[in-house]
Amino acid sequence: MGKSVLLIEDEPNIIEAISFILSRDGWSVATHSNGHDAVGVVVESRPDIVILDVMLPGKTGYEILRELREAEGLADLPVLMLTAKGQVKDREMAERAGASRFMTKPFSNAEVLEAVRDLVIG
Amino acid sequence: MGRDTLTGSRIRERRAMAGMRQAELAKAVGISASYLNLIEHNRRRIGGKLLVDIATELGVEASLLSEGAEAALIAALGEAAADGTQAGVEVDRADEFAGRFPGWAALIAQQHSRIENLERTAVTLTDRLTHDPHLATSMHEMLTMVTAIRSTAGILAEPGEIEPEWQTRFHRNLNEDSQRLADSSQQLVAYLDRAGDAAASLTLPTEEVDAMLSTHGFRFDDLVDANAADVRKFVQNQPELTSEPSQDMAMTVIRQLLDDARRLPAARLVALVAELGAAPVEIANTAGVPLAVVLRRLAAFSDEVLPAACGLVMCDGAGTLMLRKAVDGFPMPRFSAACPKWPLFQALARPMQPLRQILSVTGRDARSFECYAVADPIGPMRVDAPPLYHSYMLIIPQEARANDGYEVGSTCRVCPSQACEGRREPSLLA
Repeated sequence: MGKSVLLIEDEPNIIEAISFILSRDGWSVATHSNGHDAVGVVVESRPDIVILDVMLPGKTGYEILRELREAEGLADLPVLMLTAKGQVKDREMAERAGASRFMTKPFSNAEVLEAVRDLVIG
Repeated sequence: MGRDTLTGSRIRERRAMAGMRQAELAKAVGISASYLNLIEHNRRRIGGKLLVDIATELGVEASLLSEGAEAALIAALGEAAADGTQAGVEVDRADEFAGRFPGWAALIAQQHSRIENLERTAVTLTDRLTHDPHLATSMHEMLTMVTAIRSTAGILAEPGEIEPEWQTRFHRNLNEDSQRLADSSQQLVAYLDRAGDAAASLTLPTEEVDAMLSTHGFRFDDLVDANAADVRKFVQNQPELTSEPSQDMAMTVIRQLLDDARRLPAARLVALVAELGAAPVEIANTAGVPLAVVLRRLAAFSDEVLPAACGLVMCDGAGTLMLRKAVDGFPMPRFSAACPKWPLFQALARPMQPLRQILSVTGRDARSFECYAVADPIGPMRVDAPPLYHSYMLIIPQEARANDGYEVGSTCRVCPSQACEGRREPSLLA
């Protein structure tokens, strides 16, 4: 397939596991682990999909997502949000910020793969 | 008929209840029907033997006609009715109920206040769970670890070959993450254990401090020469203060009252009152101390140096009542917000400016009070930082009822005032 994923997450062992399963599925995976310059990295690398954690050092996932949606040409970029709290409130916030999909931790590998495939290939 | 009735109105009410005609009652007590009519419309004062005679004819206690049942009790019944969900409560007859069954009425009032306390506790505990940053961080940490473990374990458990290098790496990650999960769950359990202890106290610290202060009448002059450790020991020995937060809060208040006592010793205060009367501003100027000190000292010693004990109330800049020394006839709400017309709140708009106002409290007894209020900055001076204020109000009962007193209530729900711009919720007495 050769499609690209950018994983923005700050927990190294989660990065390692998700990178592994996505790479094995044929995705080219790039990772980034802080909130400060996440938007710039997305704008520069133009991935096919972004997996974005909500709790990041420097900037929250919601803020990053809002900025991405305002950036030129990124309004339709598929974004999968990850959060450790599955409350209705968080889901609403993610939707308002423009998330394509929302996933609560702990998720299974199969769920992540399925979501990523769905969002990019449809 | 609301609470704001006078003796005549109550006679009229009782007579109607007894099914007696005006002329009939007038004849029985030996007055003319037209004179009774004037009395019933509160246009003639009534007292003494005539009142006793009318009460006897109507089969009620004379005091029930002259005072009704105790105002505070009726107000409490009104609040209980407002907070309850039971329809058809005879709010308009609370007076009669409290008069005929004072014990039951007191029980309802007591239970209502208990329910209020318990509801507060429930809210406090829920808040603690929802807004506790430590709890939120712990949960987040645990979920993160669980996610990493689940994902890693999922990879290892799948059928098919994984390169040995990756396999070793994932095993190492699994080991690390499970160690971190074990640590954070232990911390969480330890934290929840401690939180359980703190929740053991079922009353709010402010209430406990209130109870302790009123036990001592805001007077701690015996401790003026005690050192800090002794004061702390004294506080720890107060039966009302069941938790550490209450004790800390009490320490703060007592420290201030002791400071007041040093600045304006009892003997000096007695001498100044003898010379100047109940004139807080003059006393403050003569003694060279801030007005707030005088207000607090007068409240503590009013039962000795003034004709009647005075009340005191303090609020912060958000208008939250933080200290209160009760005084007869001037009801102060416990939890709900107070009447916005109190000078206590006007003082916040003009910090450090002493205010004096004669107040009449709405309601049946309509007693008058002379009130002094002042808002003082708290904490040390800071450049370019807005100061915070505490506002104090001394409430001096007046013997005679003032006709031009500014009308204030206690809190909207139990205030009968009809046209008030400050009303924030409907009265159940309207």
